[in-house]
Amino acid sequence: MTDNSGSTNENGDEDIPFMQRLLDNPLLLLVIGVASPMLLYTIWGVVEVALIPLAN
Amino acid sequence: MAKDFKFRTCPETGLKVHSQADALIKANAVVAVVFLAIGGLFGLLVALTRWPAVHMLDAELFYLALTAHGADVLVFWIIFFEVAVLYFASAILLNARIVLPKIAWLGFILMLVGALMANVAVLQGESSVMFTSYVPMKAAPHFYLGLILFAVGALLAVGIFFGTILTAKKEKTYEGSLPLVTFGALTAAIIAVYTILSGAIILVPTFLWSLDLIPHIDSLTYKLIWWGFGHSSQQINVATHVSIWYATAALLLGAKPLSEKVSRGAFLLYILFLQLASAHHLLVEPGVSSSWKIFNTSYALYLAVLGSLIHGLSVPGAIEAAQRKRGFNKGVFEWLRKAPWGNPAFSSMFLSLVLFGFLGGISGVTMGNEQINLIIHNTIYVPGHFHATVVAGTTLAFMGITYLVVPLIFQREIVMKGLARWQPYLFGLGAAGISLFMMGAGTIGIARRHWDITFSDAPLTVDVPGTAFMMMGLNGVFAIMATIGGAIYVVVVVASILFGAKRDEAACKANPVVTAGGGEAVASYGAEEEHPNLSGTIVLVTLLFVTFVLYYYVNWKFLSEVWPLS
Repeated sequence: MTDNSGSTNENGDEDIPFMQRLLDNPLLLLVIGVASPMLLYTIWGVVEVALIPLAN
Repeated sequence: MAKDFKFRTCPETGLKVHSQADALIKANAVVAVVFLAIGGLFGLLVALTRWPAVHMLDAELFYLALTAHGADVLVFWIIFFEVAVLYFASAILLNARIVLPKIAWLGFILMLVGALMANVAVLQGESSVMFTSYVPMKAAPHFYLGLILFAVGALLAVGIFFGTILTAKKEKTYEGSLPLVTFGALTAAIIAVYTILSGAIILVPTFLWSLDLIPHIDSLTYKLIWWGFGHSSQQINVATHVSIWYATAALLLGAKPLSEKVSRGAFLLYILFLQLASAHHLLVEPGVSSSWKIFNTSYALYLAVLGSLIHGLSVPGAIEAAQRKRGFNKGVFEWLRKAPWGNPAFSSMFLSLVLFGFLGGISGVTMGNEQINLIIHNTIYVPGHFHATVVAGTTLAFMGITYLVVPLIFQREIVMKGLARWQPYLFGLGAAGISLFMMGAGTIGIARRHWDITFSDAPLTVDVPGTAFMMMGLNGVFAIMATIGGAIYVVVVVASILFGAKRDEAACKANPVVTAGGGEAVASYGAEEEHPNLSGTIVLVTLLFVTFVLYYYVNWKFLSEVWPLS
């Protein structure tokens, strides 16, 4: 995990670490949470089934 | 915030409760308990039929009961309750209003109509296709339609959850990041979206096929996409009951996570990888490659398992830290001995944690291995595993939080406290026995779904070992125990809601169910600041690891005996 205390930018504001910004973004998490299994499980699996040669 | 939203302030937690959220939580929780009661009774009939000496139902009724049991407890009980948890974790923990309550009620009605429609279809006897409803078995069209309506309603509820947390952020009802329990509920909601999409992708064409509008559904494609729905729905449970573990520990003991960041990271591993476990069900299918199987059930899934191991360390660790802060510092386990074991909310939560980890978790990871899976695939080991996760894990956790929901949301005292105190032990022991004996019988080859374990009408004689008869008999005994525990839960909850004394402010002060600071602990972002000695948790976690390693390698030994290579 990234440390919570980010560095300070030129305006003197604290930079929010990437991991915290990711975890604070519900919609981005939703997108990757649906895309990941859809790609790795569903689409990959369906493509393999679709590529099974038909019996003659 | 607009003025016309009605809120009350909970005298115990100090949290603001939006009246619409309050009503929606009550409605979803009550309907959930009704479906648990119905599905549990069907489960008892299934167990009594699988008990060879009793063999209660004929084959036709057995498959009807098995279908109803699966749908009512694996889908309807669980998801109605999870919707209640989503509304609690968003509107109440964030001190926010629930957005679009009319849409939330529409979702509730769709779920209720769908669940009733599916039940009617099953009871009419034309839809005994079991929970998996594999094609080419065909159910009545209103069975699929019921499931589709239920899924649409659940999707609306998930949408309301997302809308509520985004609106709460915009209206600044909370500061900083989401509290951990809400983040866990967010994880469950994300998994729910994938689950429902998978269900829609496969159940809509299957519904059309049942109406003869589509000529054919490929059985392997069905199976692959259906498990994206069927198994992932159980991963919603995992994320939800882990959130409930954190919530219960916070409310009862003021426990905060050891590291909020690490626990959130563990939930992120769930979001990315947990749904991939669906591939377990296709490990012997010749149509998909070993690369697909091994990636989904091993390499990627082990990252989700890492998430569970982190929660398995973090939850008892948070409890130990909180208890040691209260002065229970003697030796390694005083914090555990002096925990509130007489409080059913705590005992349910801790039993759920232990049984889920030792029985459900270890068996799940072991059977997910492509080679070891060959010993137990499609045997009754599989229901043994998921009764450890869904019954001993999720259902027990949901039962535990109900003992807090009734006083805090329904504002009623729990009645029959003596019975309530024993209920988690009875139900937990029953569920553990069911799981262990089904897994034991599966290891020696008892088939998963078959009405008659002896295959007495088969053309070839099947030699069933006597041990299997004993184990299925013990499974029946423990199922009776779990049913009694479940019935006590339903009776106590319904009686408390209907006849429990009203909890006004004076009653809350006289007899608090939440520890001082519990409301703040559950509804805020932040970790335990002091890290005391956690030796007890280290011992428990070491025990889990040792059990895990031994069980894993014992199964390789079993495999070598089943399938000798020399």
